[in-house]
Amino acid sequence: MTHATVKKIVLPLLGVIAVLSLWTVLSQTVATDLPSPARTWRESRRYVLEPFFKDGEMNQGIGRLAFYSLVRVGKGFALALLLGTPVGFLLGLSRAFHQSFDPIVQFLRPISPLAWLPLGLVIFQKSEPAAIFTIALCAMWPTVINTAVGVRSISQDYLNVGRVLRLSRWKMLTKIVVPASLPYVFTGYRLSLGLAWLVIVAAEMLTGTPGVGGFLWQEYNSLVYSHIILSVVTIGVIGFLLDRLMGVVERRVRVA
Amino acid sequence: MAYLEVLGLRKAYATARGRTEVLGGVDLAVDEGEFVAVVGYSGSGKTTLVSLVAGLIAPDAGEIVLDGAPVTGPGPERGIVFQQYSLLPWLSVHDNVALAVDAVNPGRPARERRRLTEELIALVNLTPAAGKRPAQLSGGMRQRVAVARGLAMQPKVLLMDEPFSALDALTRASCQDHLLRIWGERRTTVILITNDVDEAILLADRIYPMTPGPGAVLGPAIEVGLPRPRARRHLSLEPAYQKARQAIVDFLRANRRVA
Ligand SMILES: Nc1ncnc2c1ncn2[C@@H]1O[C@H](COP(=O)(O)OP(=O)(O)O)[C@@H](O)[C@H]1O
Ligand SMILES: [Mg+2]
Repeated sequence: MTHATVKKIVLPLLGVIAVLSLWTVLSQTVATDLPSPARTWRESRRYVLEPFFKDGEMNQGIGRLAFYSLVRVGKGFALALLLGTPVGFLLGLSRAFHQSFDPIVQFLRPISPLAWLPLGLVIFQKSEPAAIFTIALCAMWPTVINTAVGVRSISQDYLNVGRVLRLSRWKMLTKIVVPASLPYVFTGYRLSLGLAWLVIVAAEMLTGTPGVGGFLWQEYNSLVYSHIILSVVTIGVIGFLLDRLMGVVERRVRVA
Repeated sequence: MAYLEVLGLRKAYATARGRTEVLGGVDLAVDEGEFVAVVGYSGSGKTTLVSLVAGLIAPDAGEIVLDGAPVTGPGPERGIVFQQYSLLPWLSVHDNVALAVDAVNPGRPARERRRLTEELIALVNLTPAAGKRPAQLSGGMRQRVAVARGLAMQPKVLLMDEPFSALDALTRASCQDHLLRIWGERRTTVILITNDVDEAILLADRIYPMTPGPGAVLGPAIEVGLPRPRARRHLSLEPAYQKARQAIVDFLRANRRVA
């Protein structure tokens, strides 16, 4: 075995085995309500092996549930970008705008999704738009802040090229400001997507809408604890994949 | 009055240890179609001088008049080749040059602007690389794109701030030869900033040596009495070359910063 395979495969495998062992030990000693790995798999295998079955609103394959959540996250994320990108550019470009709205951004940023959701329900009356509103409000801040930082850190050399050419405001924006800040913007997008995925679980749990988070909460209330673990693992796997996907996009932009 | 006239230019920067005067009253005169070089140690204020003439920063005192009009801000009639390759990395060679061509020829039809762009890229021998991004080019190629972009501004005077100083010696020589040929074809008015005495003599009609700062000024201009067209070979053996070189080196030595 080469040194590289040890590092790439054997060591991560050791980590997984260690966690599974700890989980088994815990489930048999202190936390006896916690299903063991074996039992979790036994009770979850149908959800994983037939990921798209549908027996009822809340009893569906994990693929189907994940799909609902992803669509919801996609809408909230899209709204976050639609709101966050222009706000970020304005913050970065205009001193007056920055002085007017930066305090508000700093104030809104740390507010938890749990605080926004009831407000969304009050405004929209329905759970679906309330969830999307919450995702967008929580997820947009990294986009706002990274875009603003990206615009402010554009090299003076590039701006000087535009000044010497006396480019119009529009050309300055499209030819220099936007492309120069794009790597920062996409870092913001990646972080925003991660946040959106964090928020979805809370939003679904509180609104009881079908999706991974909704399923998790329902199974907790029905005392099917193995399905909580199934949901948690699914949330982790999808979050990881989303981050990787955005990482690829981000790198492509950086090379350009 | 000369085509480009710089009179009593002063510029100070605020630093941690108070104000330091970088330029202490620079005078400079350039005729139309002339190639003038400014030679000085690094840190003496050459980029500051270029930025002032370009209008990118404002002087504390003094004036700059180009073709009868005082300089108040940046504009393409004072084209510039920056010290760092400030090509836009997200645009191809073609698009970098086209950005300048389109900016200074808004009234002309697209086909004509395209032809102008391609002509300039051919002038710096980069037609095969027209579709490439700056990151895919060597340092010498990048600086030639920067020269093409500078010319694309159709400037009354082209300011070149140490365009080749980041290049290795062989590439630098080849870039200088390109510039020599291009200037022979175009006769654009040029101010070349350099810290390389031989580069200045090879390329320029007149050379201003710069005293090291703080409070840098330009010494009296030294005429380069070499006929044109010039070729690099054997040039350094000419008496006129030796004479110009000696004059510049003597001035720079006499005004060396006392460390
Ligand atoms: N924006 C600035 N703020 C403060 N000091 C500066 C600034 N730009 C240049 N300087 C200082 O002015 C001096 C001359 O700089 P510069 O014009 O770049 O010299 P050169 O191009 O001849 O190397 C240097 O000591 C430099 O540190
Ligand atoms: Mg410099």
